[in-house]
Amino acid sequence: MERLTFDLAAQPLRELNTFLHTGAKEGKVGHVTVLNPDGAHNIAVGLDCPIEVEVVGHAGYYAGGMNKSATVTITGSAGTGVAENMMSGKVHVKGFASNGAGASAHGGLLVIEGDAGLRCGISLKGGDIVVGGSVGSFSAFMAQAGRMVICGDAGDALGDSLYEAVLYVKGKVKSLGADAQYEEMTEADIAAVASLLDQAGLDHDPKAFRRIASQRALYHWNADANQEY
Amino acid sequence: MCGIVGLLVKTPALREKLGELMVPMLIGMTERGPDSAGLAVFGTPLADSQRKISLYSGLTEDGADFNWLGLTHELKAHLGVNASITPKGNHAILGFDIAPTVVKRWIKEHHPKLHILSTGRSIDLYKDIGTPAEVAARYGFDKLTGSHLVGHTRMATESAVTPDRAHPFTAGEDFCLVHNGSLSNPNGIRRMLEPRGITFETDNDTEAACRFLEWRLREGDDLETALQKGFEELDGFFTFLMGTPDKLALIRDPFACKPAVVAETDDYVAIASEFRSLAHLPGVKHATVFEPAPEEMYVWNA
Repeated sequence: MERLTFDLAAQPLRELNTFLHTGAKEGKVGHVTVLNPDGAHNIAVGLDCPIEVEVVGHAGYYAGGMNKSATVTITGSAGTGVAENMMSGKVHVKGFASNGAGASAHGGLLVIEGDAGLRCGISLKGGDIVVGGSVGSFSAFMAQAGRMVICGDAGDALGDSLYEAVLYVKGKVKSLGADAQYEEMTEADIAAVASLLDQAGLDHDPKAFRRIASQRALYHWNADANQEY
Repeated sequence: MCGIVGLLVKTPALREKLGELMVPMLIGMTERGPDSAGLAVFGTPLADSQRKISLYSGLTEDGADFNWLGLTHELKAHLGVNASITPKGNHAILGFDIAPTVVKRWIKEHHPKLHILSTGRSIDLYKDIGTPAEVAARYGFDKLTGSHLVGHTRMATESAVTPDRAHPFTAGEDFCLVHNGSLSNPNGIRRMLEPRGITFETDNDTEAACRFLEWRLREGDDLETALQKGFEELDGFFTFLMGTPDKLALIRDPFACKPAVVAETDDYVAIASEFRSLAHLPGVKHATVFEPAPEEMYVWNA
């Protein structure tokens, strides 16, 4: 398999993304290196074939967004909305990620080795997210399906209005959101966390995590609740 | 939208290159703020008795042809003050050694359309409508020197696109603030401050935050206490970057709705809305890069 390099200091981003959307599908190039991303938005968005993309440096907004089948690695940090609406494949951020990481991801795996900002995994729809550091407030808000493994701490209102997504947290949780509750870790949970940590390349004891899921009290409208949840 | 940038150099030799390092930062935020731009630069303070004010003549009939030298002659004739003037088109820095309130009152009376941008011993302030590149070229931002600066690129949402509504805003002496976001209670803040004799020059929401914080500082709060009161009183979305003669300070609202990223090396601290405005800085590939947390105070000393 061939390897290609795009230097965004010398080439426009559109050249990179056009190749990834067209030429890459011919299957001859297995690996693309992106140099000098310098915080540009929309790097490697909308990929639709099993190619490896390595972004060397800091990416801007929506890096790896809508990813399908590809493996995108960012050696630095990622801006708002990294891997948002991912369908499959993997997006791996070696540094930190800003707000809305993995928002509404339907599938695939998002790994953030550092901290994630606020609203990580908001409206998650089936993807998996592993965060090596801590996540900000309102993470997993209205998450419908999928799993989140948080090796550090979580901010306020974790898992507010959860549907069927499941969260695993090792560190402190500042506060749980409405309708979220701690649950017993089963053998299946421990195996799931171990598998996700293994895929992320992070070394933690899976038994040290707590499970958070929905009480399902918000599934049906309760006229007597008087807006108190 | 809007973009904010800030730069504080730790290595004294870099003070000469402050403007040169900053211009690409400001231009890098053009997509976030293409309608106006501005910055406040802080340098070595003048002697205790001296003051300088930055003036903008773009709203006068003469515009960039304003007779700046004539202004100093008038000040000599009317107030007996020996003022110095450093003009640059529609902008000038006026220096003098009497109470600034006397000079400012005289200017407002005799040249009501001359806009007073800033007052102090350390601060010079420039702002105008136009793209960041145009405004930077208009005033020669690349030649600016000093220890730290605060800059802004504007995409107006809360008030009209005019030079006086561009950022930074100032209040009192040697204090300025830039804002990315929108406040939901600026009128409540104004109604609280106006009975205390604090007057507003525009209908802009950021001006309310600027005057509120400067009022707290003037009432004796230190910067950290004033910022804490800001968290309690100011409602809305904000990333604020503030400058004083010896400090840069940054806060974000509890929802972190507006972005900010910091790159720090042994030579400088650089702040921007997005990393793309920091990417050109020397040694940034090895800088400590982090995102400031919401509702935390970040204060860097010059």
